[in-house]
Amino acid sequence: MKDIKFYKLAIFVNALVPLALLAWDWRRGQVGANPLDFVTRTTGTLTLVFLVLTLAVTPLRKWTGVQWLIRFRRMLGLYAFFYGSLHFLTYVWFDKWFDLRAITQDVVRRWFILVGMLAFFSMLPLAVTSTDKMIKRLGGKRWQKLHRLTYLSAAAGVTHYYLLVKSDTRKPLAFAAVVALLLGYRLFASYTKRSKPRPLSLTQQSPR
Amino acid sequence: MLIKKPGDIKSSEITDKKVYLNRRLFMRGAVLAASTVATGFLYRRLLAPEIDLPTPTGKAAPGSQVAPKQWGLPGEEATPYQDITHYNNFYEFGTDKYSPARYAQKLVTRPWTVSVEGLVNKPKVFDLDELTRLFTPEDRVYRHRCVEGWSMVIPWLGFPLAELLKLVEPQGSAQYVVFETANDPKGRGIPQTDALTWPYVEGLRLDEALNPLAILSTGIYGEALLPQNGAPVRLVVPWKYGFKSIKSVVRIKLVERMPTTTWVAEVPDVYGFYSNVNPDVDVLRAQSTEQRIGDWGRRKTQPFNGYAEQVAHLYDGMDLSYYH
Repeated sequence: MKDIKFYKLAIFVNALVPLALLAWDWRRGQVGANPLDFVTRTTGTLTLVFLVLTLAVTPLRKWTGVQWLIRFRRMLGLYAFFYGSLHFLTYVWFDKWFDLRAITQDVVRRWFILVGMLAFFSMLPLAVTSTDKMIKRLGGKRWQKLHRLTYLSAAAGVTHYYLLVKSDTRKPLAFAAVVALLLGYRLFASYTKRSKPRPLSLTQQSPR
Repeated sequence: MLIKKPGDIKSSEITDKKVYLNRRLFMRGAVLAASTVATGFLYRRLLAPEIDLPTPTGKAAPGSQVAPKQWGLPGEEATPYQDITHYNNFYEFGTDKYSPARYAQKLVTRPWTVSVEGLVNKPKVFDLDELTRLFTPEDRVYRHRCVEGWSMVIPWLGFPLAELLKLVEPQGSAQYVVFETANDPKGRGIPQTDALTWPYVEGLRLDEALNPLAILSTGIYGEALLPQNGAPVRLVVPWKYGFKSIKSVVRIKLVERMPTTTWVAEVPDVYGFYSNVNPDVDVLRAQSTEQRIGDWGRRKTQPFNGYAEQVAHLYDGMDLSYYH
C-alpha cells in the first residue's frame, strides 16, 4: 500500500511524540532538579536525531530502491529545524533571558556555543526555502546546492555536542560516527560517479 | 475454467463499501497508535535520562519534616533534600546527573576505614565509627557551586578536617594533602567505567586543608550520607568548585609536592589545581553566573563562592587567573 499521504501523517504525528512526552514529564514534575538543563539536552539531542534522519533518506532510497522515500525528506528536515529552534529558544530565553551582551560573550568565549550557533543558523535558509515555490524560484540545481548546507549543519551539530561534554564522549562520538557515515557515503557516491563517466553510446544503457 | 459473471455474484457477497472504508480507517488508526507507542518507547530508552523520584532509602526525606527554609542561609533557602540526592555527579556510577541516585545504591559503605598517612608523625587507619566518635559532627550550611554552572545550598553534617590532621601531626615538610576515593569494584561495588581514570584523586594545599571551612562530611539534613552524595564520608570545600569536594574517601595522604588531581590530568588545559570559585575566570564555560537549583534565571557568582572573608587571605599575592 503506497499511501504517501497517510505515511506523511504518521511521520508528522510520530515526530511530535517526543515533544508530547517532554510536556507530560514537565507537568508531572519528572524533569529533575534542573529542568532547564533537561529541556536543553532533550531538544538538542532531538535536533541531531532529525538531522540524521534527514541525511539518511537519500542513501536509504538508493539502497532500497524505494524512490518515494524522498517525499518525506522535507518534513524530517523541518522537524530538525523545529527542535533546533526549541533548543535555541531555550538557551536564549531561559538560560540567558534575552541578555544580548551575555549571549555575545558566550559566543565569543566558548567554542561550543559558536559552533552550535553555526549549526542552527545554517538551517535557517533551508527552512525558508523549503516550499515548492522557493524551489521553483531558485531552480532545482541551485536549490540543491544551497541545501547541501545540511551537511555543514549536521557536522557542526555533532561538533557542538562533542565540545560541550566534560569527559564522557560516547554519545557525541556515536552521533559523529553516524553523521560521518552518511556524509562519507555522499563523498563516495560523488567520487565514483565522477571517476566512472557514462558510456558514450546510449544503446547499451539499461534503465536502473 | 469457471469465470463468474457479475451476475453470478450475489450482492450479499460483495463487501459493502462502508465496511471496506471502515476497515481501512481501523487499520490506519492501528498503525498510527502502534507507531506512536513505539516512538515513545524509543524516546524513553534512548533520549530521556532516567530520573527516579522516590528516595532510595524509602525513608521520608528529612527535608520534608523540617522546611528547607529553616536550614538555609540568610536570604537563601536550603535546596530540597530530593534535589540534593537526585542531581549528582559521581562519574564512577555514570556520567549523567540522574545515574548516581540509581546506581550508587550498590556502594558498600560498611565496614569503612580511612587511612591517614604520608608525611605525618602518627599515621593511622580510622574506622568510620571511630571518626565520628573522636570528632563530633555539626550542622554546616554551605553554598555548593558546580563548575557546570549550577549551585545548591546544602545543610551538611561534618567536622573540621583540621581536627583530624592535627591529630596525626603533619611533619614540617608536608605541603599538600591528597585525597582518594574508594576504587574497589568487587568489594565496594564501584563499577569501573572508562569516563575517567580511577581512583578519583583530589588535593588541597595544607593551609587550605587546615582552614576551618574545610570539613569532612558524614551527613546531609542531619541524616547519614546517601551513596550518591559520597557515603560514608566525603570532603567539603565550599569555596572551590564541587569536583574538589571528593566523595567516599578511603585515603588521606600528606605529601611534599603538588599532586596531579583527576580532572587536571584529564583536561589539563581546562582545569587548575586550585579551582577556586571565581566569576572572572572562565573554566569550561563563563563562570560569572550560576543557576541555583530550584530557581528560574541565573544569579551572580560570588568570588570564592561568597567565602572570600574566610579564605581570600590564603591566596594573597597570587595571580588567581594564572593559579586558577
